[in-house]
Amino acid sequence: MATTTSTAPPVPASRTVPGRRRRRSGWWLPYALLAPAVLLEVFIHLVPMLTGIWMSFTHLTRFFIRDWTSAPFVGLRNYQVALDFDGAVGRSLLSSFAITCAYTVLVVGVAWALGMAAAVALQRPFRGRAAFRTLFLVPYALPVYAGIVTWNFMLQRDTGVINQLLVEDLGVLDERPFWLIGGHAFASIVIVATWRLWPFAFLMLTAGLQSVPDDLYEAAAMDGAHAFRSWWSITLPMLRPVNMVLVLVMFLWVFNDFNTPYVLFGTSQPAAGDLISFHIYNASFLTWNFGAGAAMSVLLLLFLLLVTGIYLIALNRRSRRA
Amino acid sequence: MKLRHLAAASVPVLLLAACSGGGGGDDSASGDGDVTLTYWASNQGTSLDNDKEVLTPVLEEFTEQTGIGVDLEVIGWSDLQTRIQTAVTSGQAPDVVNIGNTWAVSLQATGAFMPLDDAAMEQIGGADKFVETALQTGGAEGTDPTSVPLYGLAYGLYYNKAMFEAAGLQPPTTWEEMVTAAQALTDPATGVYGMALAAGSYTENNHFAFINATQNGAELFDADGNPTFTEDGVVDGIVRYLDLMQTEDVVNPSNVQYDNAALAVADFATGKAAMILNQNNANATIEANGMAPDAYGVVPFPAPQNSESDVASHVAGINISVFGNTEHPDEALQLVEYMTSPEVQTTLGKPFSSLPVLKDADAVFTEDAELAETFTQIYNERSAPLPLVPAEDQFETTVGQAMNTMFATIATGGTVTQDDVREAMQTAQDQVQASVG
Repeated sequence: MATTTSTAPPVPASRTVPGRRRRRSGWWLPYALLAPAVLLEVFIHLVPMLTGIWMSFTHLTRFFIRDWTSAPFVGLRNYQVALDFDGAVGRSLLSSFAITCAYTVLVVGVAWALGMAAAVALQRPFRGRAAFRTLFLVPYALPVYAGIVTWNFMLQRDTGVINQLLVEDLGVLDERPFWLIGGHAFASIVIVATWRLWPFAFLMLTAGLQSVPDDLYEAAAMDGAHAFRSWWSITLPMLRPVNMVLVLVMFLWVFNDFNTPYVLFGTSQPAAGDLISFHIYNASFLTWNFGAGAAMSVLLLLFLLLVTGIYLIALNRRSRRA
Repeated sequence: MKLRHLAAASVPVLLLAACSGGGGGDDSASGDGDVTLTYWASNQGTSLDNDKEVLTPVLEEFTEQTGIGVDLEVIGWSDLQTRIQTAVTSGQAPDVVNIGNTWAVSLQATGAFMPLDDAAMEQIGGADKFVETALQTGGAEGTDPTSVPLYGLAYGLYYNKAMFEAAGLQPPTTWEEMVTAAQALTDPATGVYGMALAAGSYTENNHFAFINATQNGAELFDADGNPTFTEDGVVDGIVRYLDLMQTEDVVNPSNVQYDNAALAVADFATGKAAMILNQNNANATIEANGMAPDAYGVVPFPAPQNSESDVASHVAGINISVFGNTEHPDEALQLVEYMTSPEVQTTLGKPFSSLPVLKDADAVFTEDAELAETFTQIYNERSAPLPLVPAEDQFETTVGQAMNTMFATIATGGTVTQDDVREAMQTAQDQVQASVG
């Protein structure tokens, strides 16, 4: 940053001096302004992440948690165990991963579709629109725990209102099924998670729709376009930037969902509801195998990075072409 | 934007790292000669507040006697293990802590607790004062224990006297008699079953895996501390327990959603089940649900005819430990001595429904002399500690949860064969082995 002297070409003093002085006296200002954010980023994200990555190369178990820096270095062994799909740990991780993928696709897909349908339905003003908007946002506004615990009550086999409705009131089913254990547990958790998530899609898409000019629809109507055609050719393309972010954010949230299985199933979680975050939590905190838990976390992070990267590259390319 | 979301996506990594983030710290308000200890007590009474009410006067008495203050925090069971782990990791630990006695050896392995050598043991009144099997839970064989028994508990088979009388049945003394009685008393049409089980509770389930396996003469870990869950005796014991719901049909399949023992106890107290297997602290819940104290009896949990052992319970209960990094070891030991003194044991025996952990002490948790005698005998003579190896708590979670899943399969109409059990035990064993290393 020293001043340039001999090698600099001669320049008229009147033009350079004020500029130079400004650069010299204020060069640190942008860095100083950035510093707090950079520091926070380092301490809140980078340091824990690097610690987690380091942990994944150690055999960090109960014997070392008192002084975790002394845990023996085992190289890639935790990764080998996690990725050995013939072994018990790897097999259960793989099954948890598969369940989580199916869960994510279903929840994000249905939540998006519901949110879109509701947003479009409420696009035109009508009496009571505000009331509907408020009502639709209730699941999102409810505290997570309260909402999921209520579902837990409703889904109980003998005392739950859902079986009361299906078996006693409507007579759709002859026998009261279990909803929170066995095979039905997957359907239950997908429904509960979708119920929680779709208002977010609704909110984002409603906001997005505000930016679509009405005259586009008017022009389309004059050309004789049906509702679906104008949705397909106007709404969807206009909402692309919103959808890009919305789907990505929902994907990341749902894939990492911990609250829903934790609150809905409690300690006796069924195999069909073994989502990956919860699985990693169990691996770390119930069997005290923090090294293996960290390795699984890193694998999860790599997977999410990969998917996100591909997603963003693909979308960028498409929008550049468009 | 991108990066931030991805970093947020790595919540598990952060979670792991977060537990190692704490630094050293001074957590006890200590001045010279003016010592205050921090004491974490596990939940024993009907609620956390109830525990506080019971313990506060007892601890005030201690302060009066010794001048040592005590900061009490009561911790619920669902948090206790995680709280202790975090305390071990961060060093932000209390001075004295309650632990589930089955975790004692697992926690000892962390090296975070003060070993109670001969001198320390002398300070708390000598090893001789404790019931022998109870003291065994305090540490691995051949080591100085890191915890001593505080409250004793034991399993018994509770039966409904009126229902047994009406059916002309005697209280069972063998497994076979228990099943026969349960079948005679089961009538799904009226919603009454012979037995109620907390089939969705992994803690209850692993206890019965242990008791049934021990009755078969099987061990869950070998001499080197490696799991042996696939042994015939273990598998057979688990099958026997599962069959109460699967082939004997004496348990309501709905019990699979009972994730804690109190739910089974409520069924028993309201006449929906004729028998339950429960620890002796069920009395309060039974009576709170409206069943008179003389309406039920208790016998030891029966073993099959010709079984290898007549063990009827694991040594259940709570131990008390001193954290190794306490700044006040002497005062902490004084508190342990006080909590395990005959007077305090008698004071707390009733509200916490605990069995005395001291030799020659009388059980005060019930007015019923016969009941007190039955449980004292089970605790002192027919109970065995859960495996005293570091990986014990992993046996509890992996095997207990595998049994939850198997009960779920049965309740939803599937079958669990001997081979299925063996396969599940193989998985549990591999998981434990992976972390034993």
